[in-house]
Amino acid sequence: MTCITQNLWLVPVLPLAASAVIAVNKQPQRKLAATLAIGSMVFAFLLSLGAFSVVLLHHGEEGVFREVAGFNWLQFGGQWLRLDWALDPLTAVMLVMVSLVSLLIFIFSVGYMAHDENFTRFFCFLSLFAGAMLGVVIANNLVLFFICWEIVGLTSYLLIGFWYHKPSAAAAAKKAFITTRIGDLGLLLGMVWLYAETGTLNFYAHGNGCLEHTALTTMAAHLTAAGMAVSTAIGLLIFLGAVGKSGQLPLHVWLPDAMEGPTPVSALIHAATMVAAGVFLVARVFPLMAQAPVIEGVVYLHSTTVLDVVTWIGALTAVFAASIAVAQNDIKRILAYSTVSQLGYMMLGLGVGGVAVGMFHLITHAFFKALLFLGSGSVIHGCHEEQDVRRMGGLRKVMPVTFATYAIGMLALAGFPLFFSGFWSKDEILHAAHGWPVSPGPFYLGCAGALLTAFYMTRQVALVFFGQYRGGVRQNAADAHSHKKDQPLSTESSQAGPPHESPAVMTGPLVVLAIFAVLLGFVGTPAWPWFDAFLNGERAELNFSRLTESGTLGLMLSSAVIVFAGLGLGWWLYGRRLRKTAEEPDVLQVAQPGAFRWLANKYFVDEIYAASVIRFNAGAARICDFLDHWIWGGVVLLITWVTMGLARLYRFMDEFMVDAGFDTGCETLREGGGEISAWHNGRVQNYLRVIGVALVVLVLFLTWWRKS
Amino acid sequence: MSWPFIIIAVVTLFAAAAAMSWRNLVHCALSLVVALAGLAALYLNLGAQFVGFAQILVYVGAVAILIVFAILLTRSGETPNQAVLAPGWLSGLAVAAVVFAALGWAIWHSAALSPAPAPAPEATVKKIGDVLMTRYVLPLEVIGLLLTSALIGAVIIAMREDAAKTKIENGGLKMERTPAASSTVQPPSSQGGAA
Amino acid sequence: MTPLQGCLLVSALLFAIGLAGAVTRRNAILALVGIELMLNAANLNFIAFWRFGPHPEALTGLMVVIFSIAIAAAEAAVGLALVIAIYRHRKTINLDEIKDLRG
Repeated sequence: MTCITQNLWLVPVLPLAASAVIAVNKQPQRKLAATLAIGSMVFAFLLSLGAFSVVLLHHGEEGVFREVAGFNWLQFGGQWLRLDWALDPLTAVMLVMVSLVSLLIFIFSVGYMAHDENFTRFFCFLSLFAGAMLGVVIANNLVLFFICWEIVGLTSYLLIGFWYHKPSAAAAAKKAFITTRIGDLGLLLGMVWLYAETGTLNFYAHGNGCLEHTALTTMAAHLTAAGMAVSTAIGLLIFLGAVGKSGQLPLHVWLPDAMEGPTPVSALIHAATMVAAGVFLVARVFPLMAQAPVIEGVVYLHSTTVLDVVTWIGALTAVFAASIAVAQNDIKRILAYSTVSQLGYMMLGLGVGGVAVGMFHLITHAFFKALLFLGSGSVIHGCHEEQDVRRMGGLRKVMPVTFATYAIGMLALAGFPLFFSGFWSKDEILHAAHGWPVSPGPFYLGCAGALLTAFYMTRQVALVFFGQYRGGVRQNAADAHSHKKDQPLSTESSQAGPPHESPAVMTGPLVVLAIFAVLLGFVGTPAWPWFDAFLNGERAELNFSRLTESGTLGLMLSSAVIVFAGLGLGWWLYGRRLRKTAEEPDVLQVAQPGAFRWLANKYFVDEIYAASVIRFNAGAARICDFLDHWIWGGVVLLITWVTMGLARLYRFMDEFMVDAGFDTGCETLREGGGEISAWHNGRVQNYLRVIGVALVVLVLFLTWWRKS
Repeated sequence: MSWPFIIIAVVTLFAAAAAMSWRNLVHCALSLVVALAGLAALYLNLGAQFVGFAQILVYVGAVAILIVFAILLTRSGETPNQAVLAPGWLSGLAVAAVVFAALGWAIWHSAALSPAPAPAPEATVKKIGDVLMTRYVLPLEVIGLLLTSALIGAVIIAMREDAAKTKIENGGLKMERTPAASSTVQPPSSQGGAA
Repeated sequence: MTPLQGCLLVSALLFAIGLAGAVTRRNAILALVGIELMLNAANLNFIAFWRFGPHPEALTGLMVVIFSIAIAAAEAAVGLALVIAIYRHRKTINLDEIKDLRG
């Protein structure tokens, strides 16, 4: 057990501790908050680098390097609930990626959120998120995984609704949380079932874990009531969780709305890390999903139902979202749909090619998508909070650094051949899809998606950075700000100032990310598949002959052609005849109004959901409210009435019967006593007479009694 | 039921009735004396000689005298000119009649009174003394105490108030000579009313 | 009519006479006289029972009467002292005027 594995818990705990300290600080102290958050992230990054180097050191020994550590948390009767974490190649790469991207985005946020009054709250939530995400990455235990997964969802909600006084932001946060909740239900069911089947909560536990050989073969042989193997069923349920979190096809609706949050949030959570958590989940439980089911003695080897589902959903999502992105006008929404589409690619990659293929695209995507989002944040900041691309234009002269880095990111995303990481990662996916024995469908869908990706990214860059600036008088310049200290803030509606470049604290991370967007591709080329080998525990060698085998070169060429086609189409429609004004209709809209309307309205998916699920839910809620108000409330009211009635009855009885009776009795007694005492007239002889009579009576009584 | 008995009984009863009826109180007192004497004779007739003489000594000699003194001290010696009988006297007589009827009826119909009388017992003084000292010694002592307290009580009750107050204030009974009360018996003309 | 019954009748009559006088006359002293008569009637009763009842040698009746006479004397003394005290206070010994202790 290496020292780093023992102390791997520090990696998530440091940001969590920073978040806690910031949270309990009464006075909003910006410098302290920023320092704590960034400092904890720096330490987390350094520890992640340490973990990575340890894994690198042990790389190449037999099998995959994996070390597990943990501690006992709670005692249930005789058993202990452990919280375990593991260090293996998958964990190591994710740790480095998450901590580095988070660190860069934290630094960016210092500049972006400088004018926001809730600066410290922002960093508190960001740190909380970072800690939870790192926890998800290192978790080896179902409980720890789920806890951190839920905290990630929670912070996503908190950060989307950061500007909670905006109703659209609050609604978007609610939508995000509820949609991912649906997915999380599947995840929870899957995990509980997994625990019930295998009896252990740990993924890897020296041969006893639920993702290890014994458990997997047991589950594959065990059949459910529907005739499905248990491993398949659990895999599907867990994939449902990934669908929710990663915005795959039926549950993608929250991701575009999540752009209501501040741009660093969109960059960190909804581009690079949280949505990648779904992909990471599939990668983590991949042994389960890849386990060939044994149904009635037959071993199904080449694919599994789960991976089929994963592949098809991924492919469909990729094309679906890419097509919607073509018709969007908000700079962040284009990127959001792009993210959904790329996540579809990742799922596709996992389904057809395995963990390494999907994870490689995840890592490269994290960097260039974060770069694109941060770049868009810089653009928004420079255009004084303007987000509509129709009102931007010509920014490449005004914001050169932003333009350069954004262009690098765009080319990486589109998959420009050879120099940009997106090309290599997407190509691996297409290569694996091409060779998929089940169906060629995903491959064609993937190609179509690549074309669309290049197209809409070109459209976006042309509209934003080329042509002339179309932003003018804005109705509400309340957010106008100034970078000079002595200039007062302008709150009256006036002409917004011209766009300007962002400060170095914001452009610095852009540059770093751009470098990674370029260089990271080279660890996954077919000639030197280092990433693949690293994840699988093998040694990789530089071997150019691999380029010529099994159509690899041909595939590279065809994907290059597709990308150029997309770029060209985009340039021809949007770059050649530049848009003049903000109000004129989009070129595509003019050409194909019907199709454009469908795409611009996101295939009306939100409306379908609103009309069906949401209406059903609202109706059910109304029924419950009615029940609660009239039936249960009626019961309560009835009980109240009965009790009150009884109380009144008792009071009546008490007042008129008991009291009256008592009072009357006492009155009578008193009056009777008064009457009788009137007999005592003070005259002795009267008394004597009475005594005489009493004597007689007594005598008679005694004699008669004696007689009888 | 010998003749002496009947005669004495009749005399006694008439005297008693007279004692209760006459207007003049002194006459009443005197007829009371006769009644008491008749009773003493009855006791002698019945063989209780000691009691008979004790009756003369105590009742006639002391109680009757006391009553006479009281009559004198309360200035009731003169014949009263107001009504003699209390209001409601008829109900009183009726009560007495009823009482007598009840008692008479009980006596007449009582079966235990039938058996023949035994010969007269010897009730010598010696025997009385013996019994007093043995069996009835406790009542004897108690009677002594009683008489003492009655004596003291009567003195205090009948004393003039200011004299009584002084006596009590000075703690205990001391026969002091005060100008107001030199003796317990005073002529009623002086100090008519008490303080 | 046995002698006992005769004695008892006499005593009853005497008692009734005493009672009649005690409740009829206005004067307090005469009330006391009536009471003395009643006591004497009771004494006669005791003597009669002593003489004609069982065990006359036990002298029970005699002793009771002796004590009764003593007590009667004491009571007469105290009672008459009370009458004198009342007379001093109220200047009257009419029983129907002395009715302060009423209910």
